[in-house]
Amino acid sequence: MIANIIGAVPTSPLISTLLLDIGLLTLLVMVAFAIVRMRSLFAIVMLQGVYSLVAAAWFVTLDAVDVAFTEAAVGAGVSTVLMLAAMLLADRESTPVPMSRQWGPLAVVLIAGMAMLYAVPDLPSYGDANSPANSYVGTDYLARTAVEIDVPNVVTAVLASYRGYDTFGEVVVIFAAGLGVLLLLGLDGNAGRFRAQVMGRKLSDTSAPTGSTDKTASTSQRRKSSGGGGGKSSLGAPPSITRYEGGAS
Amino acid sequence: MNHDPHVLLRVIAKFLIPLIALFAFYVQFHGDFGPGGGFQAGVILAASIILYSLIFGLENAKQAFPPILIRIGMSLGVLLYGGTGVVAWMQGGEFLNYSVLAHDAIHGQHWGILAVELGVFCTVTSVMIAIFYAFGSRQPQTSEEDW
Repeated sequence: MIANIIGAVPTSPLISTLLLDIGLLTLLVMVAFAIVRMRSLFAIVMLQGVYSLVAAAWFVTLDAVDVAFTEAAVGAGVSTVLMLAAMLLADRESTPVPMSRQWGPLAVVLIAGMAMLYAVPDLPSYGDANSPANSYVGTDYLARTAVEIDVPNVVTAVLASYRGYDTFGEVVVIFAAGLGVLLLLGLDGNAGRFRAQVMGRKLSDTSAPTGSTDKTASTSQRRKSSGGGGGKSSLGAPPSITRYEGGAS
Repeated sequence: MNHDPHVLLRVIAKFLIPLIALFAFYVQFHGDFGPGGGFQAGVILAASIILYSLIFGLENAKQAFPPILIRIGMSLGVLLYGGTGVVAWMQGGEFLNYSVLAHDAIHGQHWGILAVELGVFCTVTSVMIAIFYAFGSRQPQTSEEDW
């Protein structure tokens, strides 16, 4: 395959691009293995940001600048922060899974990987003029954008005009996601006024359940709650409760 | 304030945040000519506010970008997008066919793309900030040693 590509276009810039591609893809694989082998969730979240940045750099070498832009902003920026926020609500370390429970997932990964490798020869080679992406409707958009819409960036023309219905659907999906978050969590989260009924017992309004390992706060909270609600209520307490201190840091 | 361990972070962030927000608007309005568009610009503007919130605290961020704007922004974006389609409909074209929006087709397309991208921008910015506010408000303050 690779010899094919180099043989097709013998100019030197393409070879350097190919080397860059191979280097970036190697980096991606290395980061992925590091993520799999890590136990600290904080390091994993940071490495996921690194993965997104390397992927964005690779998209730039493939001339998919719009995709690279999105990957860098969403993957490395916003989603890293959201994963950090989610991590703070859960544990800081992942518990190791015993080897006996990993054979099933390993089999699934091996079969899926082999299926993908089996499909690789069917993919069009890099820069193939007859590939589906470079023929049919794609060339049509490229030819008509200059005449019909007169916008230099064809991606914008396709996204907003030719594929306006799709983009409208995407916006509605994003809106629905925001609506779901607002309905479930509320804009202020539960900061300061957390209310829940766990097994018939009202939880206090200044604490929110977290998975943080702050043992002293959780035990004192649990003792306080079990005093009020009788013997049964300690069963209903969340794994741990940390007091919300409030205010900005 | 004498013992603020994050003074460097705060100074650099204060310098960077306006530039990031400005870049978001550049990406928004330059999307017809270069890479970018409403989605990327929205995420970048949201990232600048999230950065502000990370450095200066959630309460200050909520004063800079009040949560009431989120509800307005995310519905306004969808309404702007759908409304553009409906206006095109009223003008005699198909839904989201921008060619009928102005006196000639190319101008109509330009206006349509501008309005639609603005709608995407509003919704994406608001929703990204909404998700961050919702998650960020839930967790208790993390002490310095806890990291």
